[in-house]
Amino acid sequence: MAADSTLNPSTSSGWKQLSQDWASDKEAFKGVPWGKAMMWIFLLSDTFIFSCFLVGYMSVRMTTTDPWPIPSEVFALDIAGRSIPLILIAIMTFVLISSSGTMAMAVNFGYRRDRRRTAALMVITAMFGATFVGMQAFEWSKLIAEGVRPWWNPMGAAQFGSCFFMITGFHGLHVSIGVIYLLTVAFKVFRGDYERRGNYQIVEIAGLYWHFVDLVWVFIFAFFYLW
Amino acid sequence: MAYAELAETEELHEPKSFITKYIWSQDHKVIAIQYSLTAIFVGLIALVLSGLMRMQIGFPGSLEFMDASTYYQAMTMHGMIMVIYLLTALFLGGFGNYLIPLMVGARDMVFPYVNMLSYWFYLVSVIVLIASFFAPGGPTGAGWTLYPPQAITQGTPGADWGIVLMLVSLAIFIVAATMGGLNYVTTVLQARTHGMTLFRMPLAVWGIFVATILALLAFPALFVSAVMMLFDRLLGTSFFIPAIISLGQPLDHQGGSPILFQHLFWFFGHPEVYIVALPAFGLVSDLISTHARKNIFGYRMMVWAIIAIGVLSFIVWAHHMYVSGMNPYFGFFFATTTLIIAVPTALKVYNWVLTLWRGSIHLTVPMLFALAFILTFLVGGLTGLFLGNVIIDVPLSDTYFVVAHFHMVMGVAPILVVFGSIYHWYPKITGRMLNERLGQVHFWITFLGTYAVYFPMHYLGFLGMPRRYYAYENFEFIPQSAHDLNAFITVAALIVGVSQILFLFNLFWSLKHGRKSGGNPWHANSLEWQTPETPPKHGNWGYKLPVVHRWAYDYSVPGIEQDYLPQTVSEEELIRLRESEGGQKSTDQEMTGNADSEGGE
Repeated sequence: MAADSTLNPSTSSGWKQLSQDWASDKEAFKGVPWGKAMMWIFLLSDTFIFSCFLVGYMSVRMTTTDPWPIPSEVFALDIAGRSIPLILIAIMTFVLISSSGTMAMAVNFGYRRDRRRTAALMVITAMFGATFVGMQAFEWSKLIAEGVRPWWNPMGAAQFGSCFFMITGFHGLHVSIGVIYLLTVAFKVFRGDYERRGNYQIVEIAGLYWHFVDLVWVFIFAFFYLW
Repeated sequence: MAYAELAETEELHEPKSFITKYIWSQDHKVIAIQYSLTAIFVGLIALVLSGLMRMQIGFPGSLEFMDASTYYQAMTMHGMIMVIYLLTALFLGGFGNYLIPLMVGARDMVFPYVNMLSYWFYLVSVIVLIASFFAPGGPTGAGWTLYPPQAITQGTPGADWGIVLMLVSLAIFIVAATMGGLNYVTTVLQARTHGMTLFRMPLAVWGIFVATILALLAFPALFVSAVMMLFDRLLGTSFFIPAIISLGQPLDHQGGSPILFQHLFWFFGHPEVYIVALPAFGLVSDLISTHARKNIFGYRMMVWAIIAIGVLSFIVWAHHMYVSGMNPYFGFFFATTTLIIAVPTALKVYNWVLTLWRGSIHLTVPMLFALAFILTFLVGGLTGLFLGNVIIDVPLSDTYFVVAHFHMVMGVAPILVVFGSIYHWYPKITGRMLNERLGQVHFWITFLGTYAVYFPMHYLGFLGMPRRYYAYENFEFIPQSAHDLNAFITVAALIVGVSQILFLFNLFWSLKHGRKSGGNPWHANSLEWQTPETPPKHGNWGYKLPVVHRWAYDYSVPGIEQDYLPQTVSEEELIRLRESEGGQKSTDQEMTGNADSEGGE
């Protein structure tokens, strides 16, 4: 079924094909399975949730009267007696982006019907995700130990703590759900459920979600940690 | 093979037990009925609340338990229930669920299980909402817009628990609406039947489809603001609360932005108006075309107008905030976009009227409600033009003029469409007609009654009568005539409220005693009237999906005797019909090959 989208290499231009697809019967997106279409639409909706969170954060950052803490100092770690700014976040970001790479490989092997490698790569992706959540838990506990609370912050504006816990918490929730989702799908892949049905689209759909969570992190990283 | 066609290769499974058929049902039609009944039930609560409020305004002190707090709680719950739990749920969860798969020729929604979950989440949100009536301190009395800081500071009724339950209920509702909405959008995009192109879909589907997209993109803002306000209330964060002194004490908050909440709320709140209005536009277009026996005027324009309204609705939200303190340039921008949105809206009104022009207007009950909708929506829309201008809005803001405006445009007008649509589609849902005479009585009381309620409110607004006050005595600027008018409005409102019993009675009475309708009592074209059985069975279409050959509005086509051509009629059948012209009468059964044989008219 997935190959359908590559059929009809008609001579007309891309725009014309687009309008033909939309004007045709049955499907607006040719050969796109329902689950995949639904996931895309859900991600669009979820984008608006994260956008609203980020806009809310920027807004209170402007209205608060107390000084905003400097993220590169707050998120620095003392390693071997030297304070290295943003080192933990850098590693977390690296881990999460790497997980997108392994996820893409899993999708690839899924379409090749390589059951074992697909499952293995998905488990690796989930492990990267779990590592990310673990490091986030470490980051949370470090800040909490330093006295940062959702309602209070010894380094300045209380909204810093509010936004930090709310936004990273909501994102961490997404990652955690993603880990469970990936492990479930990986298990089913390994068991051969999709082999019988003959389609591995669910791997790609799970991948879409995972890449989205990853992409959102890039924005959180840029707007919260680097600004 | 498209994914929708795979349905033809699979066996039909029908749930057997009562529980899987009616309670944990995954059938879109049953879910639609569950949604509708729940929505109508909470709607009745909100109706009673409005009656209590009107008693206090029309006859102050007549209700002993009605103090200021109770009044604000009634007002808040009335607004919230009507907008979210009744209208949104009924249009998307009720009509959307029932009509989309039938109208696009699908067996069901694309993910029936998620669809079922959507209803149960909605039910939970309703239960949490109703629970707030029994919470210590009662439900929240913050006004339906829930503006902070007052929504969560002491002194506002329900600031302890009412507001928490309200926000939690909203968050659950949003989850429900998202699960349902994803289904509706995907079904429309990817699960249409043979020949059903986007531009052959009935306008009802277009209206619900675009409204659902709006819901998926607007509800996130409400979700985020609900989460942030819950944190403010429960964790003591300061997203929305600046440094303030409340009841003589400085609060533990500082640095938050109440305006931020207003922006988030109205970024949801204005598209919400169109989440309610666009399905109403779509449904009423089908009612008008069917009952005027004429094709809808300017079908493509109607579709593009729906899309244009949907897009524009995202960039007008701050016209609700002219008096909140805003840079005048922003006011200018939002006033301009607001007035621009009147263009596609007016286009739709013109097209409805032009559809009626020289049509063969049958004054059936659905048509009466459709005509009443045009009149009511026109009044509400025109006052919207007034209020869209900053300079007129500032003095009229927070007066009864605004109350009259939004009740006309997004209260009464959509509710009239709801009634009309129920009278129209009830035969498909139950196989029996609603009682016509009772329907007419219900219509005239409702239509004239709502005019009697809301039309005088424009005048009260010009007098400067502020909205959201609990008592209006002892204000010198409010003349005696206004009090008399308020008493009149209250009487009218109570009559309208009580008369809805007629409608409910009709709903239940006709279930057993209504005239048998047959499969296509209105001689309508769209696919839902061409199902093999009425009411349609699980899977809707029997073994083969219907094949669509034309748009849904071929009424009174010249050259054939029958004044309608269902979407399933092919060109060959049309030629045959033309040839048999003049002699024998063509019957529905011959035409569609699958219409219900239960006696037509």
